[in-house]
Amino acid sequence: MHEVWWITLIKSAIVVNVVMLFFALTTWLERKLLGRLQNRYGPNRAGPKGLLVPIADLVKLIRKEAFAPMSAKEPLYIIAPVLSMFTALAAFSVIPWGPGWTVDGYYISGQVVNVPISLILIFALGSLGIYGFIIGGWASDSKFSMLGSMRTCAQLVSYEVSLALSVLGVVLMGQSLNLTHIVAKQETTMWFFIPQFVGLVVFLLGGIAETSRPPFDLPEADTELVAGYHTEYSGMRWGLFQAAEYINMIVLSGLCVTLFFGGFHFPWVSSLDKFGPIWFVVKLFTLVGAFIWLRASQPRLRYDQLMRFGWKVLLPVATVNALVTAALVVAVK
Amino acid sequence: MAVVPNTLKGFGITLKQVFKKPITQQYPEYKRPVYPRYRGRHRLNRYENGLEKCVGCSLCAAACPADCIRVVAAENTADNRVSAGERYARIYEINMSRCIFCGYCELACPFDAITLGNDFEISEYNRDDLIYTKDMLLAPPTKQVPVADRDLYDTPIPYYKDHA
Repeated sequence: MHEVWWITLIKSAIVVNVVMLFFALTTWLERKLLGRLQNRYGPNRAGPKGLLVPIADLVKLIRKEAFAPMSAKEPLYIIAPVLSMFTALAAFSVIPWGPGWTVDGYYISGQVVNVPISLILIFALGSLGIYGFIIGGWASDSKFSMLGSMRTCAQLVSYEVSLALSVLGVVLMGQSLNLTHIVAKQETTMWFFIPQFVGLVVFLLGGIAETSRPPFDLPEADTELVAGYHTEYSGMRWGLFQAAEYINMIVLSGLCVTLFFGGFHFPWVSSLDKFGPIWFVVKLFTLVGAFIWLRASQPRLRYDQLMRFGWKVLLPVATVNALVTAALVVAVK
Repeated sequence: MAVVPNTLKGFGITLKQVFKKPITQQYPEYKRPVYPRYRGRHRLNRYENGLEKCVGCSLCAAACPADCIRVVAAENTADNRVSAGERYARIYEINMSRCIFCGYCELACPFDAITLGNDFEISEYNRDDLIYTKDMLLAPPTKQVPVADRDLYDTPIPYYKDHA
């Protein structure tokens, strides 16, 4: 089943644009849902139901002057947001949207590129994205940015360990690092959130910390600390960081859906799988909504609580989960 | 391990809000009635016979902490009688971009010539438009905002608000 190169090219263009559209929708959804969860209306002026708010935001950010501190380390200062944005978008290239289709004799696979080690690729890109935050904070040459990027660095590095360990159970059960294979395995057995419930909880908590969403948004902590690594950024450069954060959240939701909730698979009716992208998007946005709900409901952690939770609770639980899953998988065989 | 049920309780509380009607008042469409003694845009008042109450004594300008009132007085003459007193305000200007709506001018005025009305929608695109001249202050306010029923409040209304 080989794919022609230009189909991959077209697919990548579509996926990038669709993910950017999702990003715009997510910012709108976040405001609207956050408003409703706090007994407010949320955006309702720009366009029907405030749907044009993301466009207004874009126009505002592009027209805004992107000034830089005089002592900023120029190339790195500009590269940092681009790097974050690139890695965030690139991670979506291996997440499957469908089982793959054959149209007019051409084979179209469910994702942009079908990599055998797609899960590792996503984690590698996620780790690279952290460099964007660290470099951005350092290259701004401001103590607040520096401290912010140190906070970010410490948090993301600590929670990455638990996040990687939490998916180990899924990998063991799915017998593959390829996301399409993992989804196929879930189709034949069951969705992995039932046997891997502990893994799911650890993955979600670690993932929220990885994307620095509230209540783990210490990298920013708008109300308590200075904005963090993007203190000295403004205009569209800041917009790129923000977009990277939201797209990271979308990637995380997509990954969670793929690993634990059967991805593009529709329960009980496998013939509906050719509409894979629809189920995938529905599941993805349900999860995004849950993240927004979490943001509205829970207060932010203190820094020592964050570290304690990451190392003393999440990491042992993830390790034990991986070990128990491994033992059970061997025993069942 | 009380953490888990407490956390879930928090989720329940926020979810409950989704099904309530939001308490937000949609401002330009719905204008909440202002408090009867609300201090808004100024007005200069006249007697029933049409003569201005202001005699150009500049006490309001002296009382103004923001220094936003400018009064230039002139003598009333037999063929040009403007106010009831000896003199009248030839120029009376309030710089609304500086005014803090404290109401001291109203308190300082011995003839109740200047009072603060209820209008608050006085934004302009141009700073110059915020300097209100005597004609603008004498004219009835262009925008009317709803005022709450004064019987709902137990604080007395100053008599000059009723007789303005």
